[in-house]
Amino acid sequence: MNFQLTKEQEFVRKMVREFAVNEVEPLAADIDKEHRFPVETVEKMAKYGLLGVPFPTEVGGAGGDHISYAITVEELSRVCASTGVICSAHTSLCAWPIFNYGTDEQKAKYLPDLCSGRKLGAFGLTEPGAGTDAAGQQTKAADDGDYWILNGSKCFITNGGYADVFIVMAMTDKSKGTRGISAFIVEKGDEGFSIGKTEDKMGICASSTTELIFQNCRIPKDRLLANVGEGFKVAMSTLDGGRIGIASQALGIAQGALDVTVEYMNARKQFGKKLSQLQALQFEVANMATQIEAARLLVYKAADMKDKHLPYGVNAAMAKLFAAETAMYVTTKAVQLHGGYGYTKDYPVERMMRDAKITEIYEGTSEVQKMVIAGSVFKK
Amino acid sequence: MAFKIIVCAKQVPDTNVIKINPKTGTLIRDGVPSILNHDDANALEEALKIKDKYPDTHITVVSMGPPQATDMLMECLAKGADEGVLLSDRAVGGSDTWATSNALEATIRKIGDYDMIFAGRQAIDGDTAQVGPQIAEKLGLPQITYVEEFEIADNMKDITVKRQLEDGYEVIKVQTPCMLTCIKELNEPRYMSIGGIFDAKNKPMKVWSAKDVEVDLKKVGLEASPTNVFRSFTPAPKGKGVVLEGDTEKDVAKKLLVGLKSKHVI
Repeated sequence: MNFQLTKEQEFVRKMVREFAVNEVEPLAADIDKEHRFPVETVEKMAKYGLLGVPFPTEVGGAGGDHISYAITVEELSRVCASTGVICSAHTSLCAWPIFNYGTDEQKAKYLPDLCSGRKLGAFGLTEPGAGTDAAGQQTKAADDGDYWILNGSKCFITNGGYADVFIVMAMTDKSKGTRGISAFIVEKGDEGFSIGKTEDKMGICASSTTELIFQNCRIPKDRLLANVGEGFKVAMSTLDGGRIGIASQALGIAQGALDVTVEYMNARKQFGKKLSQLQALQFEVANMATQIEAARLLVYKAADMKDKHLPYGVNAAMAKLFAAETAMYVTTKAVQLHGGYGYTKDYPVERMMRDAKITEIYEGTSEVQKMVIAGSVFKK
Repeated sequence: MAFKIIVCAKQVPDTNVIKINPKTGTLIRDGVPSILNHDDANALEEALKIKDKYPDTHITVVSMGPPQATDMLMECLAKGADEGVLLSDRAVGGSDTWATSNALEATIRKIGDYDMIFAGRQAIDGDTAQVGPQIAEKLGLPQITYVEEFEIADNMKDITVKRQLEDGYEVIKVQTPCMLTCIKELNEPRYMSIGGIFDAKNKPMKVWSAKDVEVDLKKVGLEASPTNVFRSFTPAPKGKGVVLEGDTEKDVAKKLLVGLKSKHVI
């Protein structure tokens, strides 16, 4: 048992925090208000290796580990949750499944571009009728000699409007249920593939969330990821890792809300005292700080288990469940501690509270996490 | 085509967080994070820009300080420097600028060959701006201080620099080898990169003793230092400034004249 970060992990936090404070935070309120995807920030993240943190240098990655990746998403999300999820969806949901399931040719073709950020990644599983019930896939892929033909649509796809590479799940054999789902790599510009409606969301407004539309989309045979019928396995294992990313995002949102609240409470005076001197409010902050630390331990533990190649699905589910609930709890309290000012867009806690909510929903709702956790508890 | 560059860097307490003990006048260092000195980050950045252009360039960052100063050197490696050298020895502790430059001169002689030495103008903890120039003097190098623009010609020899002065600037031509001390206007230091952080541990980090660099022990350390801090104090804060207002510029100028005359400034 070792709760100390390594020197490298500490440096990652120092670097990403500096980067986030100087490059990300100044834009956060504006891009939220304008619902604008921060293309310029993505370029800077690419330049400094933030889009390939947990992958080995042999495939173009930064040679880091998953704890460093968690810290990266956490520190970005501390100042801007939209920027955090751009990194998380790209890394966990697109680059990782190619890294883990791709053929040597697929890895060589996609990973250097994804890890260096020359290309951005996304992941398409959810459909209008297949959310938590992911097995209900309607998108179909038909074998057409040297090609696969995809038909159907995906919704709520993070990075959708700006991604170059998409991991897409589709039914290759409906009769086999989840074993009839396969995973494919689709590229921007592929024949018959287009981006549909962009969602107008409550929070993470600067991230791009779109539909993906496949109308007789023709992709070469070698775009199949893993074997035919293994798509559900690819999707579920990818989401296990993705949950570490979203848990880190939630953790960052909570920490960011606490940090600005502490700063506010040290400045704001009522009844002749600073808010930070009022014990009732101090106790609220004590609860917030304790929850955040507990969430952090869960998140880093799940990341550490992934690094050690131990089964981490349940730990990732616990981390995401708890970190997401912590983000919601802490940001709601943060708004309360700011009083009326917290309800305005002049202070970042208003945005943080809106941003926090999605962490209880995407990449598996809190209810799904509880299904995963309860399943493991009763199996024993 | 490649250069050998030495960058002098110092680990300093972050003055944004630091407080001064009003009784003793000394820095309260407890719990204060240590950082790469700001001007030294500009010195390193200029070296890295040369390496961007000539990738075979080799950058050695040299420092003197306690063993934990390797953290600062690791940061320099994570930004792209190739090698870190730390002179760390109790014998050099308490050195003033003269003794420090003796120690660093010996360290640089031990490193050997170089085309340029970049240093920051001054460290934020001591603010002397003496160590860089003294090293140049002792190594017999031309020195250009307060560099705000730097350009090296394709012949890899001729350097043109703009140096900042209080009331203007100078443009100077110099040839390698030389010493340049850098100011923040020179460039915008880059961040570490994630890949750089994980690559840093594969790069050489040398920690040398006074014996290793063969410095004359009579010329380093507290005892050998010809200067020492007699007293330090926190200057009283200046009073609030006065903002002059008036309907026209002429009115304001008039008020200014009256004010200056009444204080016998003019």
